[in-house]
Formats: sequence, structure tokens, C-alpha cells
Amino acid sequence: MALEAKNLYFRYDKKRPWVLENRTVKVDPGERLAIFAPSGYGKTTLAMLLAGFLTPAKGQVLLNGKPLPQKGVCPVQLIFQHPEKAVNPRWRLRRVLEESGELQEDMLEALGIERAWLHRFPRELSGGELQRFCVARALISGGEYLICDEISTMLDVITQAQIWNTVLREAGKRGMGIVAITHNRHLAQRVATKILDLSIPHGANSCPHNKP
Amino acid sequence: MEPKKEALLEIQNLSVSFRMYAQGLGQRDLQTISQLYLTLYPGEVLAIAGSSGSGKSLLAAAVLGILPPNATVQGRMRYKGQPLTPSLQNRLRGTELALVPQSVAYLDPLMRVGAQADGHYRPRLTEKRKKLFQRLQLPAETERLYPFQLSGGMARRVLVSTALVTDAQLIIADEPTPGMSLEQALEALGMFRELADKGKSVILITHDIDLAFAFADRIAVFYAGTTLETALPADFIAGPEALRHPYSKALWRALPQNGFQPAPGFQPYGDSLPKGCLYAPRCPYKTQRCEKQAPPVTQLRGGEVRCYYGS
Repeated sequence: MALEAKNLYFRYDKKRPWVLENRTVKVDPGERLAIFAPSGYGKTTLAMLLAGFLTPAKGQVLLNGKPLPQKGVCPVQLIFQHPEKAVNPRWRLRRVLEESGELQEDMLEALGIERAWLHRFPRELSGGELQRFCVARALISGGEYLICDEISTMLDVITQAQIWNTVLREAGKRGMGIVAITHNRHLAQRVATKILDLSIPHGANSCPHNKP
Repeated sequence: MEPKKEALLEIQNLSVSFRMYAQGLGQRDLQTISQLYLTLYPGEVLAIAGSSGSGKSLLAAAVLGILPPNATVQGRMRYKGQPLTPSLQNRLRGTELALVPQSVAYLDPLMRVGAQADGHYRPRLTEKRKKLFQRLQLPAETERLYPFQLSGGMARRVLVSTALVTDAQLIIADEPTPGMSLEQALEALGMFRELADKGKSVILITHDIDLAFAFADRIAVFYAGTTLETALPADFIAGPEALRHPYSKALWRALPQNGFQPAPGFQPYGDSLPKGCLYAPRCPYKTQRCEKQAPPVTQLRGGEVRCYYGS
């Protein structure tokens, strides 16, 4: 049932150096992995590979031992770092949400999404408000894994706590696995069960760590 | 730092509202900033923390005069004692006023980042910009790349350099640090601090309050389009007892290192603003008085607070 990246190699251009070299990552259901690294070390690239947005040059991404499905809703959902670049600017937000499934009232409530926002266009909402829609969209689609690429850096700390508590509760209920990319060490310690540092090259170096 | 007498930027009773289509051709106004007071002195770093969607970025846009055409601005803004009119804003923008935009989508997607960070200044600022890139730990070849080839943190640092390359008197940095590692964020914030120590002023809009402590002279707490409290960084370090407003205390408690407890309820919005105190619907200490009339700004222990029961 695990999500596995096996010996991934990736680069954006044949003339440029590898962004990821022989990287192996494994996340079990219900496990929460935090990924740490300085900027430019391929965190977002790894997130996109895990969710099937990019194809590795060498190596494989496997879910339950099989490659990610090419059709239908991807069971590995990615929440992007920049919500303003992740929603269709010409769709009202109701349509953005309904694209991934039935609206769920309790989900909107838990994430603090106002009914009135559903009628607005993305540019009429702040970054933090938009990110709640991206989280809702990923949770509604009912995936097995959630990749969170710095989802709360543009949120105030109360909203951050609100959204993460919702994500953790939903994930716990459904036994979802989570990969969280963050620069905030305190946040990583709060939400993760395991931490991976990409600045240490090669192989799986995830070390178990104790939750506070 | 001891604030000097003459304020660089003075904002009094500022309101910003937007005209929006409701149904069909019907329009209505949406209030986003209301009764905002803010004073900034030369040589000061003022951090603005607070709720997402509380109008922090709109404040930046209002000061720079880059709000969209459907926005209405009311109230008084003075820059160096002069009223900040659209024509003055136009003249100052890019020379005396600089912005670090919040979104990396502000970069021109069809232009190499080195060239766009240079800007249109004459003489060319290429040398200064190269030094900035180096200090911000951007590899030398970065300047030849296009925005889509940058990682989130790199794009953010390019945005920071576009403001630092100018000789602006006032820099408004709208969330400059997301995506940067801790060391890079500290370096970038340190550069803002250096500018302030040379007599410039910086408004630092940020959610990383724990980073802001180290660099800011004062921290203004925003909520639903107004300032609820102005506190000293030491108050935030000391914890909830030293803070004056219930919302600031709630912010402190929600930090991952301090409990990660979200306050219940949500921020009120434009068309459903409460009549009295804006925080009253979520406030555990509210009384009838709070619901009837919004409390005025009062001085308290070296800061300012908008609460009848500020302690």
C-alpha cells in the first residue's frame, strides 16, 4: 500500500545537472513524512514526481507496487506552493471545487471557506483564502496520499493551525499518507512522523524522530 | 531604536472598498480595510502580522497607488508630511517607494530574471544587482534563467533583489520569505534591517512572526482590515501575558512551537462586518459593550491596543 520513489533521477534539461540523483523515498499509509532542504534542492521537483506531474528520467514512482494510473483522479494529490498559479483564473471557485467532486459542507466549514467566496474569481481572494480551496479540492477528490508543498507559508499562524489540524484529522480518519514540504522546523516536528533532509545526497536517509 | 519626530508615512482612518458585481448588473461595495491607523518613522522596521485576508497586501497597494480601478480609497495618507496623492505616488514609485510583491507571478515570464531585476534605471544597476544576487545566495547563472526555471525560494529572492537594488526610502516587503530556508530568510531580513539602520524605513508584511521578532522595531497586528494592536517584539517573545489584545494572544498560541491551537471561528468579511469590535464574534472575553461600539485606539504599556479590556 506504500507510495515509493525508487532510484529517481531527474533534470529539466540534458545540458543541466541532475536536480535529483538516485533518490529513494518511501511513505507508508498513515505515515507523515516531512521533507527539508535549502531552496533549489529539488523539493518541489520531488513533489511533482511523486504526484505524477513530471516523469523521472530514470527510476520509478510506485503506488502499491504499480505505476501511478494515467487516467482518472490521481490517488496521489499535490497541493501546490503557489495557489494563485494552481487554479483556473477564469473559473469561479465553485467550479474549481466541483471539478474534483461533490461539495462537502463539513469540509468547507472545517477549512473556514465562506459560502460567498464560491461565487468569486481567484483574483478576488487572498493567497491564504485561495489555498483553503486547494486543500479542499485535494481532500474532496479522495486520494490515498497528499503531497503538501509548503501549503501554509502564506497563511497566518491561526489559519495554518486550522488547516493542518483539518488535514491531519482527515488523513487520520482515512489512513492517508502525507508528504509535507516545509522550511519551518517547528511545523515539521508538529505534523510529521519522519523527517527527510534532501541536502544529504543519495538514498533514503529518513530517520525516525520523536513527536513532541 | 528611538523613533525620530517626523513620521515618514502617516496613515489615518484609511478605508479601502471594492465595487463588485453581485447579481446580474447589480453592484455592491465590499469593505476590505476600515479605520486603519499606522505611523512609520525613518530608520524603523515595522512588521505587520495578522490574519490572511486582513488587507495587508491591499494596504501595500494603497500606499503605492496600485489598487485596481474598482477600488475606492478614503482617509488620509501623508508621506514626509505631504498628502500622498496619485500623482505623487506615481512620481515616487520605483524611486522612493519600492515593493517586494507577494506573488512570484509578478515576475515577467518572458524575461531573464537578471535583466528584470536590473529594472529600467539609468545608469544601469547591473553591478549592484549582481552583488545582491551573490549575497542572497543565488548562483551566478541564475541571472540567465527565466522565472519558470527557478524554484519558489529562488524566485522569492529575485523579487527581494528588485526592491533592494533601488535607493528607496520606503520598502514595503509583502511576505518576502516563504520558500526560503531559515538561513536565507535571516539573511534577507538582515538586509532590510541594515537599510533601516541607514535611515530607510521598511514595512515587513509577514506570517513568520517568530522571525520578525529579531528584526522589527514594532509589530502591528492586523485583523479584518484594521490594526488591533501595536506591540514591541519583546512582548511577543515574552508570551501571551505581555500581549495586549486577545487576538494577538491567540496568534501566539497557534504557533507550532507554542501549542498549535487554532482559535475557533473565522474572520468576518466585508459584507458581514460586526457593528462593534471586529474581533468580538471570536473573542472569549467579549461583553455587550464590545458588540455595540468598536473600542478606540488606546495607549498601553508602550504599545497601542484596540480593546476595552486590553491588559
